Amino acid sequence: MATTSTSGSASATSTKVGSAPSSTGPDGRAPAVAGRRAGRPKRSPLAKREDRAGWLFISPWVLGFLIFTAGPMIASLVLSFTDYQMIQTPHAVALDNYKQLFDDPRVLKSLSNTFVYAAMFVPLGTIVALALAMMLQRVGKAGGFFRTAFYLPEMTPAVAAAAMFLLLLNGQQGLINKVLGWFGINGPNWTADPNWLKPSLAIVSLWTVGGTVIIYLAALNGVPKQLYEAAELDGAGPITRFFRITVPMISGALFFTVITHTIAAMQMFDQAYTMFYGPQQKATASDESLVYMVYLFQNAFQFFKMGFASAMAWLLFVIIMVITFIQVRIGNRYVYYHGER
Amino acid sequence: MTIPWKRLPFFAFLTLGTIAFVYPLVWLVSASLKPRSQVFDNRLIPEVFQPSNYVQVWNAAPVLRWLTNSLMVGFMAAATVTLSSALVAFGFAYFRFRGRNILFGILLSTMMLPGAVTMIPVYLIWNRLGMIDTQIPLWAQNLFGSAFYVFLLRQFFLGIPRELFEAARVDGCSYLGMFRRIALPLCKPALVIVFVFEFKASWSDLMKPLIYLQTPEYFTMPRGLKQIIDAFALSGHYEWEIAVAASVIAVVPMIILFAFGQRYILDGVATTAQKG
Repeated sequence: MATTSTSGSASATSTKVGSAPSSTGPDGRAPAVAGRRAGRPKRSPLAKREDRAGWLFISPWVLGFLIFTAGPMIASLVLSFTDYQMIQTPHAVALDNYKQLFDDPRVLKSLSNTFVYAAMFVPLGTIVALALAMMLQRVGKAGGFFRTAFYLPEMTPAVAAAAMFLLLLNGQQGLINKVLGWFGINGPNWTADPNWLKPSLAIVSLWTVGGTVIIYLAALNGVPKQLYEAAELDGAGPITRFFRITVPMISGALFFTVITHTIAAMQMFDQAYTMFYGPQQKATASDESLVYMVYLFQNAFQFFKMGFASAMAWLLFVIIMVITFIQVRIGNRYVYYHGER
Repeated sequence: MTIPWKRLPFFAFLTLGTIAFVYPLVWLVSASLKPRSQVFDNRLIPEVFQPSNYVQVWNAAPVLRWLTNSLMVGFMAAATVTLSSALVAFGFAYFRFRGRNILFGILLSTMMLPGAVTMIPVYLIWNRLGMIDTQIPLWAQNLFGSAFYVFLLRQFFLGIPRELFEAARVDGCSYLGMFRRIALPLCKPALVIVFVFEFKASWSDLMKPLIYLQTPEYFTMPRGLKQIIDAFALSGHYEWEIAVAASVIAVVPMIILFAFGQRYILDGVATTAQKG
């Protein structure tokens, strides 16, 4: 180390590339680098060494990004303008695939199914998780046991959970309808009645909401107690305190989970595919449970319409970007970050 | 000792919640021991014990192979992603090289990208390499790090006082040495979190095995379970006791993992969100 820095100052032949003086603030860096930051046109060999080392460390990701993200993104965009089907060479078909997106009723159907599922699961999941987290917070230390219990379903592989719910949601004999029966409710035929397939999927997803509970609990524990005490002194009731203190103070966590849940919901696949699709079910399955990723998967890997599936993928990408953009715009207006951002 | 009366309703609700989250799993285990006619039956203690369901699953499918496959794939996926993400995260956390901020921005934005966009070309790459129907595509991409874990680990590395690294440098420690001797040991809990999360994700994954695996011998547990459900339960034979027993087999390793890594996992979930 010592040798490099001495030999470095001797050979002052460092190139000037990219030495634009971005900032002059001293920030406790090694002298050589501090010199660079102060705007000296030369890059010391030490800085160059650090450059090289930094690039070396991140090179796995750079490589992976080029091979498995950037390259495939371009490729799938190109494919989306072709009729590629694996067996023959692809032909350019201009915008045909994109036109077909709007002509194929199953694309729109699967898209609306996905929206309906997301519109059920995301708000419901947020409310249930928040309610449980708030109760967990009230019981203090004893919450540890419940926290563990709530997270247990998250450890269950989605395929196993889906199989389990096929039984629990069974219309005639399932446990869920039996419990509903205690309250005089005649439960629907969840997994067979086309109207109830999407609520079934939402219930399966709702079962694995424990991780969100833990996230909210951590956020709730970060809210200063004095705020509640002060509000109580001012005569604020529990509902006012909830909407005026709790929600704004944990809005960062709420925002984060709503965005990630929405993105995940738009790509839901495992549960729907396990419960309603498979080799022998193609004909009988109702389109009511056809979520977008299932249809995309079928097009790509069962019908081998890879050009069309690529167009579907890009549509999904655009939709997710638009939704996230809207959420971020709304979020920026309301979300309170604890002073750090 | 005073009874916390005011908290009692909360305990009651939380207990209800616990039942909703845990009871289905307990019931699943019980159902896996029931004869076909009673699988749907809601009693917790089976009227007739039929452990032979497991023998039937064992005979019907190479379950042990699937379990070891999942274990192998899960281990490879978790080990490679932990190491590569840590390397990349250290690169982003410690060094101030040209292009760093732009690259880190790109890295963050890739988290938004739905897997569907790259799924088909990536499949074509593995196809070209002759890797279809092998387990390599299930984990090999993890050699190149994963954006979310890089982001997470970078946050942890940034928490290490810079003086530690400077001191090591003065003592003649190489960059790789700083990574191995300072950064990694100090962030062990974070590394465990990454490993466990990725292992869990790999164990649950259905899509990739569906795309890449054809020979039942190579299946991972979820892929095999889907096969069993299709063949025995959804095919019109309604042999649910087989599907249920196989489901239990798929769940148990994860429960064991949870039992051992519970503290890491739960704290990990809480911190990841706060760092995120």
